[in-house]
Amino acid sequence: MAATAERRNEKVAMTLAGIVLGMTGLAFASVPLYQLFCQVTGYGGTTQVATDAPKGVIDRQMTVRFDSNIDSALAWQVTPARPVSGQVGALETVTYRATNTTDKPLTGMAVFNVVPEKAGYYFNKMECFCFTEQTLAPGETVDMPIVFFVDPEIDQNHDLDTVREITLSYTFYASNTEGS
Amino acid sequence: MAHAEAAHLEAEATGHDHLTRDPDTPRGWRRWVYSTNHKDIGIMYLVFSIFAGVVGAILSGFMRMELQEPGIQIFHGLAAMAYGVEGDSALDAGKHMFNVFTTAHALIMVFFAVMPATMGGFANYFAPLQIGAPDTAFPRINNIAFWLLPPAFLLTVLSLFFEGPAGMYGSGGGWTIYPPFATSGQPGPAMDFVILSLHIAGASSILGAINLITTILNMRAPGMTLHKMPLFAWSVLVTAFLLLLALPVLAGAITMLLTDRNFGTTFFNPAGGGDPILFQHLFWFFGHPEVYIMILPGFGIISHIVATFSRKPVFGYLAMVYAMVAIGFIGFVVWAHHMYTTGLSLDVQRYFVAATMVIAVPTGVKIFSWIATMWGGSITFRTPMLWAIGFIFLFTVGGVTGVVLANAGADRALHDTYYVVAHFHYVLSLGAVFTMFAGWYYWYPKMFGLMYNETLANIHFWVMFVGVNLIFFPQHFLGLAGMPRRYIDYPDAFALWNRVSSIGYYITFVSLLIFFWVMIEAVLKKRRAGDNPWGDGATTLEWTLSSPPPFHQFSTLPRIKSDAH
Repeated sequence: MAATAERRNEKVAMTLAGIVLGMTGLAFASVPLYQLFCQVTGYGGTTQVATDAPKGVIDRQMTVRFDSNIDSALAWQVTPARPVSGQVGALETVTYRATNTTDKPLTGMAVFNVVPEKAGYYFNKMECFCFTEQTLAPGETVDMPIVFFVDPEIDQNHDLDTVREITLSYTFYASNTEGS
Repeated sequence: MAHAEAAHLEAEATGHDHLTRDPDTPRGWRRWVYSTNHKDIGIMYLVFSIFAGVVGAILSGFMRMELQEPGIQIFHGLAAMAYGVEGDSALDAGKHMFNVFTTAHALIMVFFAVMPATMGGFANYFAPLQIGAPDTAFPRINNIAFWLLPPAFLLTVLSLFFEGPAGMYGSGGGWTIYPPFATSGQPGPAMDFVILSLHIAGASSILGAINLITTILNMRAPGMTLHKMPLFAWSVLVTAFLLLLALPVLAGAITMLLTDRNFGTTFFNPAGGGDPILFQHLFWFFGHPEVYIMILPGFGIISHIVATFSRKPVFGYLAMVYAMVAIGFIGFVVWAHHMYTTGLSLDVQRYFVAATMVIAVPTGVKIFSWIATMWGGSITFRTPMLWAIGFIFLFTVGGVTGVVLANAGADRALHDTYYVVAHFHYVLSLGAVFTMFAGWYYWYPKMFGLMYNETLANIHFWVMFVGVNLIFFPQHFLGLAGMPRRYIDYPDAFALWNRVSSIGYYITFVSLLIFFWVMIEAVLKKRRAGDNPWGDGATTLEWTLSSPPPFHQFSTLPRIKSDAH
């Protein structure tokens, strides 16, 4: 009698401990899941990566603005590209220009998103300098090209009917691997 | 009649000799330190909670003194005294110290005052008694769960004396410890102390929850089906499941925070592809159920008190049970209403607004059922009943402002203002704390076998009721006028209501002194309480035992009649 009661208690406790482990696992699993979710849905202004050229243009004007922010730990000067206006669906190429203002080589890395955030799903980049580390020699200046288009399907999303401008923002961080 | 409280219980409380002790009952310090007895552990939890609550209340006293007038009055002086800094650096250290006090106040009140009192003290002591169990399922786990708390508390207190931001002491990141302020903003070890403290407190609560769930599922007296179980035991069961599901997520989130801080990971650091908003999602996935963890056991306590002093079974027993289950369930799917201003898309906000408002339905069921229980009852306004009615009133006020804040549109203006401070103090500082005092005064005669002076206790209630309302009601006005939270200073325009609020604090502090006087007086006068001082209305099993109950109760298990419905 007492032994069976003990076994029943242990069974419940083990099940509950399993729930605890499962929830802990879920907390950690949320990190890759969250990134996947952002990439698939464009949540939080995550842009899309395209390999195919756009399917054509539509009769809607869109201005794309560019913005840059630099981590205070990274002594770069970055000039964002000028705004471009054109028909939705047109392939555009712009360049950011980055300069290392110090006399030491500096490694930086860029992350980005767009606002309005919902437009991220329709913002396709075919070529860009995302998530790759870049080392600039002392005083070096590089041009960093972005090739992008806005998917004409944006016209189907009525939440974005009033959107006339999309801003692409890059933030440059000092890379963690920066040693010296 | 669809009620299942123990009015029809045929409890066999005979067979206990109140005066003789079990010969192997441990004595002296061993009884407490090695304790595996659910009642002794419950008492230790309650004492710990009272101590931590006083520390938390004193911290908030410094904050209210500082905010009594515009300008910076006391914190630069405190910083100068504590850290030996002078001039402008004393001013900066003082500003940081204000944030440190805010952070410590919140952490201590949430993890070391409210949770140990409700889920530690009352749940441990009374859930086994109410279900007719001799003890909890895992008495040694119960012991370790309690003894994890003092080191956790010590770590939080120690964090005050270690470097947070460069050259300053303590963690000023708020109880929400959002990155990047909790990572790059507080590089010193103080934040690591806080994180480890939360880990240990969380482990304690998880162990306690496993113990309580197993006890309630497996050790109910013969005949006590779940649908005949007293509401307090139900509230403990639901709350324990919330703890089990929510706390591991907090543990995961703060572990990531810890590795971000110390081992170069970038879970929440965009420089490495992480996202600080993810921490907010994880934190509030824990944090929102956490607020129900703090209030649900109180719901159970209030149900018993209202029923006892109305001399009626609680109205709508099953509805009360499933309202708690529903609150617990919905509590897990509303977390982002704390994050309306983080750039959630409108569709996501619409969902969270609607889901949040749905919580008002089961909560309303409970409020109306308490009122319906009192309706037509033979009410006696004994001390616990005053606290219970006070709770119902104050919790409703806090609930109404909660519905206001649930609106994403209104939250744009009210987010991080004193309106939010007023809201969560109405539901917690007034709501949860009133349920704790209600439970304390309701079960005090049972736990200690002594009766307190009810006139004094009623004075405690009225002074505290006036005090806390004076503190927090004016904060609605301050919030609506736009005063932000977590600042040491404010423009002159906010002076009047801040002064009123501070006066309210002093009144509340006096009420705490009265509380301690009530306790001292009760111990000095030694009025015997008797097995059941509350009369016919008190129908649950604990009232069939002696006061205090024997060290080992229910040597013969009580049988619950099958015609209880």
